[in-house]
Amino acid sequence: MSDLNKHDGSGPGDSDDRVDRTPAVPEEPIANPGLHPHTWRPTDVDEKASRRAERQVATLFGLSAVCTVAFVISYFTLDIGTNWTTFGGLGASTLFLGVFLGLALMLIGIGIIQWARKLMADQEIVEMRHPARSSDADREATVAALTIGIEESGIGKHKLVRRSLLLSVGFLGLPAVVMLRDLGPLPKDVANAAEGTGLQHTLWGVKPGVRVVRDVVGTPIRASDLQIGDLVNAVPEGLFDLHGTELQAAKAKGAVIVVKLAPDEIKSQQGDQWDVGGVLCYSKICSHVGCPISLYERTTHHVLCPCHQSTFDLADSAKVVFGPAGRPLPQLALDVDDEGFLVAQHDFLEPVGPSYWERER
Amino acid sequence: MSIDTSKVADSNTTTPASAKAPSKAGAVATWADDRLGLGTSMKKQLRKVFPDHWSFMLGEIALWSFVVLLLSGVFLTLWFDPSMAEAEYQGSYDPLRGVEMSKAMISTVELSFDVRGGLLMRQMHHWAAHLFIASMLIHMMRVYFTGAYRKPRELNWVIGCLLILLGSLEGFTGYSLPDDLLSGTGVRAADGFLKATPVVGSYMSFFLFGGEFPGDAIIPRLYIIHVLLIPGLLLGLIAAHMLLLVYHKHTQWPGPGRTEENVVGYPMLPVYAAKAGGFFFIVFGTVALLGGLLSINPVWKFGPYDPTKVTAGSQPDWYMGWPDGLLRIIPGWESVIGGFTISWNVMLPILIVPPLMLVILIALPFIESWITKDDREHHLLERPRNRPTQTAVMVSLMTFYGLAWAAGGNDIIAIKLHLSINQITYFMRVMIFLGPLIAFIITRRWCISLQRHDEQTLLHGYETGIIMRSPEGGYSERHLPISNDAAFRITARDRDEVYAVGSKVDDNGVAAPGGKLDGLRAKLSTLMYADNVQKPTAAELEEAHHHAEHEHELTAALDGRVADGHQFDGHHAVEGETLRGDH
Amino acid sequence: MRLLNRSAGRLSRHRRGPLAGLVVLLLGLLLTGGLYSVLSPGAQADETSTSAEDVQAGRELFLVGCAFCHGQNGEGVLTQSGTQYGPPLTDVGAASVDFQVGTGRMPMAQPGQQAVRKPPVYNDDEVRQLAAYVDSLGTGPAIPDASAYTLPDDLTEEERQEAITRGGQIFLTNCTACHNFDGSGGAMPRGGFAPTLRGVEAKHIYEALLTGPQSMPSFSDGNLTPDEKRDVIAYLKTTEEKPGYAGFSLGSLGPVSEGLAAWLIGIGGLVGAAIWIAAHTTRTDRKKPTDHTRVNLPSGTPDPDQTGAAS
Repeated sequence: MSDLNKHDGSGPGDSDDRVDRTPAVPEEPIANPGLHPHTWRPTDVDEKASRRAERQVATLFGLSAVCTVAFVISYFTLDIGTNWTTFGGLGASTLFLGVFLGLALMLIGIGIIQWARKLMADQEIVEMRHPARSSDADREATVAALTIGIEESGIGKHKLVRRSLLLSVGFLGLPAVVMLRDLGPLPKDVANAAEGTGLQHTLWGVKPGVRVVRDVVGTPIRASDLQIGDLVNAVPEGLFDLHGTELQAAKAKGAVIVVKLAPDEIKSQQGDQWDVGGVLCYSKICSHVGCPISLYERTTHHVLCPCHQSTFDLADSAKVVFGPAGRPLPQLALDVDDEGFLVAQHDFLEPVGPSYWERER
Repeated sequence: MSIDTSKVADSNTTTPASAKAPSKAGAVATWADDRLGLGTSMKKQLRKVFPDHWSFMLGEIALWSFVVLLLSGVFLTLWFDPSMAEAEYQGSYDPLRGVEMSKAMISTVELSFDVRGGLLMRQMHHWAAHLFIASMLIHMMRVYFTGAYRKPRELNWVIGCLLILLGSLEGFTGYSLPDDLLSGTGVRAADGFLKATPVVGSYMSFFLFGGEFPGDAIIPRLYIIHVLLIPGLLLGLIAAHMLLLVYHKHTQWPGPGRTEENVVGYPMLPVYAAKAGGFFFIVFGTVALLGGLLSINPVWKFGPYDPTKVTAGSQPDWYMGWPDGLLRIIPGWESVIGGFTISWNVMLPILIVPPLMLVILIALPFIESWITKDDREHHLLERPRNRPTQTAVMVSLMTFYGLAWAAGGNDIIAIKLHLSINQITYFMRVMIFLGPLIAFIITRRWCISLQRHDEQTLLHGYETGIIMRSPEGGYSERHLPISNDAAFRITARDRDEVYAVGSKVDDNGVAAPGGKLDGLRAKLSTLMYADNVQKPTAAELEEAHHHAEHEHELTAALDGRVADGHQFDGHHAVEGETLRGDH
Repeated sequence: MRLLNRSAGRLSRHRRGPLAGLVVLLLGLLLTGGLYSVLSPGAQADETSTSAEDVQAGRELFLVGCAFCHGQNGEGVLTQSGTQYGPPLTDVGAASVDFQVGTGRMPMAQPGQQAVRKPPVYNDDEVRQLAAYVDSLGTGPAIPDASAYTLPDDLTEEERQEAITRGGQIFLTNCTACHNFDGSGGAMPRGGFAPTLRGVEAKHIYEALLTGPQSMPSFSDGNLTPDEKRDVIAYLKTTEEKPGYAGFSLGSLGPVSEGLAAWLIGIGGLVGAAIWIAAHTTRTDRKKPTDHTRVNLPSGTPDPDQTGAAS
C-alpha cells in the first residue's frame, strides 16, 4: 500500500542490503474504499430504546450492589473453622463469598460494557500514525551530541583508561557471585558417616545393625510376620529421635520399601544374600529426580514412580524396566537381629536419590 | 491514500460541542495541570484510538489477572508465615490436628479454615495465576499468527517472551510456598534438576536449600523471590510492554479506510476505557466465581510435605507440565565419563530444551526479518493464511508443546481413557518428533489452500448454491461477485518476494557480492514464500470480472424465474422472490 | 442475550455470530461434564456364622461359577504356556472371596485383564457360602468382624481424633502413592490402575488391605497392625463425610484437572466475553431526526452486517 512509496531509508548501513521493491510493485487490484459512513444504533435514534438501555445498565449496577450486600451478610453469617456451614455438601462460606463477589464484579463489568455498547458515542475515529523512529533532524542532533560527548571524554583516545575501566567494572561481577557463597555449606562440609549426613551417607550407616522400622508408627518389623506380597514403607530406627531439618533430611535419604517375595521368584540382587528369606529392601527414593516410590505390584514385583513413571523390577536387582530413570534403586542389605527384627547390615553402598556430577567419585 | 472522513460523525450529540465555562472535571484537570503539566501529553492520550477486535483483548486478560494476583496476593501475605520451623498443627481441620508441619503449612491451613474468605482468596490467587499464564500464551499466539511482532514491535515481542518465562517462574515459586505434599514433591524434583547440572549441580542444590535437601531455607527464599523479586521484574516489564504499545499504537486489521498510516477505532476516553475497565471487572468476577466454585490445590488433603510420602497424580501446575512431560518420556539416558555422571535424562528435558524453546521463540521475528530484509514498519495485521510458513511454524511449536504437555498428564490420561501409561509414553516418544513435522506440513498446505480459495472467490465470486441447467443439459453452479469491501479485505496484503542469490544489483548494474549465508537465506526465503498464492493484479482481476459478466449475461434471462430454494422454506412468500445478491 | 438486545430497531438475520453455535455447544458440554458424577452405594452385609451346609452350598456354587478358571477344587488352572489362567484359591481365605465376589470383581467377564468393580453377581448369602467353601480348602484370613474396621465406641473424643489423624498419616504413607491423596485412584504400569476408594465399604477396604487383591501389595497383620488398618479406614470415612470446603472437587485428580478447568472454563469464558465486548452492535437504518444538520448520510445505507465487522 501507500507506505511502499514512503521508504525513507532508515538506519545507515542496512540500506544497501535491502531489496529494492519500488519498481516491482504492480498496482493494487482494489483501491481502499475508505471508511464507511456512520450508521446509528437504535439507542441513538430512539429515545425509548435509549431509556431502556439506561434502565438495563442501571439494573445491572443495582444488582451488583445487592450482591455486595449479600457478600457481606455471607461473611458474617456463614461459619467456618471446626463447624462449617454447608450448602449442598459444599463449604457455604467459600461458595457464597465467591459467588456473590464474582457476581458483584461481573455485573459491574457487564453493565459498563453494555453502557459502552449501547449509550456511549460509538463513532470510529481516525488517528494518524507516525514512524517509530525520531525525525532525521533529531536523530542527527542526538548522534552529534553523542559523538561530541564521547570525544570530549577521550574514551576513544585513552585506551588504557578504557580498558582498565572495563576490567574493573567486569571484576565487580565477582562480588555478586562470591557474596552468594554462604547460602549454604558445601556438600563435603556436611558429609559425616557417623551421623548419616551428606550425599553419600544415610542413617542406615550410623552403626551396624540399624533396625528397619515402619514409617509413621516407628515399630520394628519381624521378618517372620511378613507374608508374601507384603509391602512395608519403612525408615531407619532412630529417625524419630530427630526433629525439624535433620529429620526431613534423614527421611529424604533413608526411606526404604520392604517387600516379601517367594525366595524362588528373586532373580538377582545387588549383593549376595542381602535378603532375609525373600524379604528385600530397596531405597524408596527414585534414582531419577528423587520422588518417593512405592507403587508396588505384587504380581510383577515392579515398582512404579508416580512422578515420571520409571519402573523398577524388585525381583531383579531393581533394574529399570521402563521410564526415564538411569540407574537401579540402591538395595539395602538386610539381616535379622537376635529378637528376629529386620536390621540393615550396613549403609547403602552408593548414594541414594538423583544423580549428580561427582556421584561416582 | 486519502480517506474521506467527512461522512464520519464526530459525536452522538446533535448539537455541536463548543468551548464553555469549565466543567467540574475541567476544574480538576486545571488544578492538576497547574502542578503536573500533564496537559501536553494527555491532550493526545485521552482520545487515543484503539481498534476493536476480540483478539486484541487477550493480553488484557493477562493484565487484569495480574492485577487480581497483586490484590489477592497482598491479602494472603497478611496471614502467611513463610517459615520452615516445625510446629504441631492445632487448628480447626481435625484430621491434621497434632501433626508436625512447617509454619508455612500451618499458616496456609489456618488461612483456609480460620480466616473467613481466606480459602476463597487462596483459590482466587491460584486460579488467577493459571489465567495469567494461559492468557499470556494465547496472546503470544495471536501476536504471532497475525504478524503483529514485525517492525517496529520486535522488542515488545522479546519483552512478552520474558514475561511468559517470569510468569511461569513466579507460578512455580508460588505453588511451592504452602509446603504441602504436592508442592514439596515438586521442590524435590527441582532439587534433582539442580543436581543434574554438570560440574556445579550438588553445590547449587546445597546453596539453594542452605544445606542438604530439604533444609529450612527454601520456603523463605522462594517467598522473597515470589513476593518481591519476580513481581518487581514483572511490573517493570509489563509497564514497558504497555508504554511501547501506546507509543507504537495498536495494530489493526486491514479494511475499508484502514491503512498503514492510520489507526481506526474508538477513543480511549470514553469507549475504550469503559470496555477495558468493564473487562477488568469481568476478569475479576470470573476469577472470584472460579475461586468460589472450583477447588484448587486442597492442601489439607495432601497434608504437610514429608520426603517419604507421595501421591498418585503428582503433577506440577499446568504451565510446568510440558517440561515434566518431556521428563516422563525421555529414555533413561545417563552416562559416566571419566568418573563424572552426566544425567541426560534430566538435563535434556529440563536444562536444555525449555531454554532452547524460549530462545527460538524470542528469535522468531529476527529470523524472519533476516530472511526478508524487510525494514518497513507494519501496522496492518496479516491473516494467518496469508503467512503459511510462519503460521505452520507456530502450529508446529504448539504441537510440540501440546504433546509434551499431554505427556505430563499421561497417568491421568491413562486412567480416564483406560489406556496404558507405557503405550502412551512409547507413542509420545515417536510423536514428539513426528507430530510437529506433520503439523507443519498440514498447516502450511491448509493455509495455501485457503489462499487459493480466497483467490477463487475474488476472481470468480462466491458460490451461490444455485445450480443452473443450460439448454444443452449441462449443469453449473452460479457464482456471484463478492462485495467490494470483502474483495478489498482479501487483497489488502503485501505481495511476497522470494529472495534469490545475486538478485541484488548495485548502482553500476553489477551483482552485489553475496554474504556467506546468502544461499541459506535464499533457500529459507523460497521455503517461506515460493508456494504462496499472490493476489491478482488489477489487470487479472479486470479480466476475470469481464469473464464473469459475460457469463452473467448468459444466465440473466433466468433471473427472477428460477427457484433459489427459499421459496420452499416456509418463511418466504413465493411471489416477488429474486435471486440472492441481486438487490 | 435476548434481554440485552431487545432494543434492536431492526433485527438482522445474521446477528448471531458464526461462533454462537460453538459457544452453545461448549456450554452444553461443560454443563453435562459438570453434572457427571459417580456414586455407587453399597449394601451392608450381615455377619453370620458359617456351617457345614454353607460349605456344601458354596461348593455347588463354586463348581458352577468358579471352577472353570480356578479348578474343581480351587487348585487353579494353568494355561498351556504355564501361566496362571485362574490362580489357586486353596490358601486365600474367606476375606479374599468376600472382597472379590462382594465387590463384583469375581466372576470376571474375561480372564487376563484387571478385574473391575461391578454390581455383584451373587447375593449376600451366596457370597457367604462361597467364602465358607473356599475357607474350608486351606488357611487364610477370615472375613473381618465389624469391630475390626470401626473405631470402638468407648474411645474418648480425643482418642478418636488421634486415631483418625494417625490413620491419615498411615494412609498418606502407604496408600496415596497408588490411590491418590483423596482416594480417587491412579494409574499403574501397562494399563493397570488403582481403583477409587470413594464409596467403598469399610469391610471391603479392610479385606483388600489384608489380602492384597490382584496386583495390590498386601498389608498383613505383620505389616500394618489391625488397629492401624482400622485407623486408615476411619480416616477415609471421616474425610468422605467432610464437606467440599473449597467448592467442587474436579475429580480430586490434582493439577491436571485444574489446568483443564483453567483453560476450558476460565480462558474459554473470558475469550467468549472478549468476543462479546468487541462484537459490533445492532444497527438501524433509521437516521437521527436532526441528522441533516451535521452528517450527510447518503441514501441507501449499506446493510449493517456488511459494514460492521472489521475482518
